[in-house]
Amino acid sequence: FPGLADVSISQDIPVEGEITVPVGSHSPDEDYSTLDEPVKDTIMRDLKAVGKKFVHVMYPRKSSALLRDWDLWGPLVLCVSLALMLQGGSADSKDDGGPQFAEVFVIIWFGAVVITLNSKLLGGTISFFQSLCVLGYCVLPLTVAMLVCRLVLLAGAGTISFIIRLIVVGAMFAWSTLASTAFLADSQPPNRKALVVYPIFLFYFVISWMILTFTPQ
Amino acid sequence: MATADDLKFQEFDDAANLLAANPDATTISIDEPVEIPKNQHSRLQEPGREEDDELLGTDDSDKTELLAGQKKSAPFWTFEYYQTFFDVDTYQVLDRIKGSVFPVPGKNFVRLYIRSNPDLYGPFWICATLVFTIAVSGNLSNFFIHLGKPTYHYVPQFRKVSIAATTIYAYAWLVPLALWGFLMWRNSKVMNIVSYSFLEIVCVYGYSLFIYIPTAILWIIPQKVVRWVLMVFSLCLSGSVLVMTFWPAVRDDNRRIAVATVATILLLHALLAVGCLAYFFDAPELDIPAPIIPAHNGTTVITKSH
Repeated sequence: FPGLADVSISQDIPVEGEITVPVGSHSPDEDYSTLDEPVKDTIMRDLKAVGKKFVHVMYPRKSSALLRDWDLWGPLVLCVSLALMLQGGSADSKDDGGPQFAEVFVIIWFGAVVITLNSKLLGGTISFFQSLCVLGYCVLPLTVAMLVCRLVLLAGAGTISFIIRLIVVGAMFAWSTLASTAFLADSQPPNRKALVVYPIFLFYFVISWMILTFTPQ
Repeated sequence: MATADDLKFQEFDDAANLLAANPDATTISIDEPVEIPKNQHSRLQEPGREEDDELLGTDDSDKTELLAGQKKSAPFWTFEYYQTFFDVDTYQVLDRIKGSVFPVPGKNFVRLYIRSNPDLYGPFWICATLVFTIAVSGNLSNFFIHLGKPTYHYVPQFRKVSIAATTIYAYAWLVPLALWGFLMWRNSKVMNIVSYSFLEIVCVYGYSLFIYIPTAILWIIPQKVVRWVLMVFSLCLSGSVLVMTFWPAVRDDNRRIAVATVATILLLHALLAVGCLAYFFDAPELDIPAPIIPAHNGTTVITKSH
């Protein structure tokens, strides 16, 4: 480097000065540490985020709130409540009954992970946890369907109740699939959209099947 | 001493040398850059080479070998390596499914559809769909068969899903592994013209299972004759796909070994179908005990309907 050949620093001249890094604007959370806030605020903030996402799922619009601030509280709550509601079914013999709690849990989480991996392997641009978040939150309509089914089954288990349950579960299955597709479709490469949507369809179909075949003891 | 001319990329010499070394190789003229997107493969074929295409698909073997070399260069611990196994578009998957359901006599599924681009999407999701289809259809068919029986209480039989999953995934992955090992072993003894990679064998097996999905749905019909007709029909279709794929790979071998190999492939395939039918679907013509008719002397008679 020819230009630097002339540069020399004499030993007498002290090099001093100040190095300051201009501090950017603080994000609102860092104005005061979240350790100091009341516990109620912490909990309410997360609850509000979860609640907002529930609303987004029930009225799916092209909003990025679900994708941007992902959290897995909602999916966990939904999964646990769905698995709990699927208990208490016909358990004459262990082999023939409905799914156990662990089986429902594993199907939902393992299924969501596999679908996420599938979409990423096909070239999707969504991040791993964002996709898990969307798939988990979109179980909400099916959880509502399960609740309705249990209420209907309290009234009776005949053909009419079966038809009602069939319609409700079918509608919620379509809602879940459409909601998750609406959120996930944009991040897929255009000529592979069907390849990504089909596993989501299968996933919610299996969950709907588990809900529909629930028979009380 | 290398001159500037020697260092220039001498494209035409290479092609001429290649041709001289292997005069039977078909040549293609590519007037676009080599990195063509995969879905333009078929459009670059010249129409006059359809005859070669039919049997072995050697027309684009140069192209695919070039691209195959470029494709799988990522080390196996990176995510990109596994992405190369999912490098298929929707229409390609649909084409492959179509090829497995309507096997054209004489056309090799691997050469025609896979073309050095085996994917894991098809085998994995077809197996997953098949698992749930068999479990759900079995449950439904049992429900309809036993409907009306006074003592019948519907159970979802969820445990059968795990059994179905184990069986089908084991079949779709372990049998290709065994077959690949066997073919590799025979290949070391007898030089075959056709040899398949492990993924291509997995691909063929995965796509050949597709026909069982509509078959399983139709097995809900509680008639023994219908079920067996469906079984034989689907066995013929998927079996023919497998036979036409693997016969060229073993036919150069000892005759008896070749026949035994193909027979084993078909036997395992049939065993899977028969086993699924027997285990997940109750026999339709059970002895359904009619309502107990009290006889006049106090003993009860149970009439059996056929």
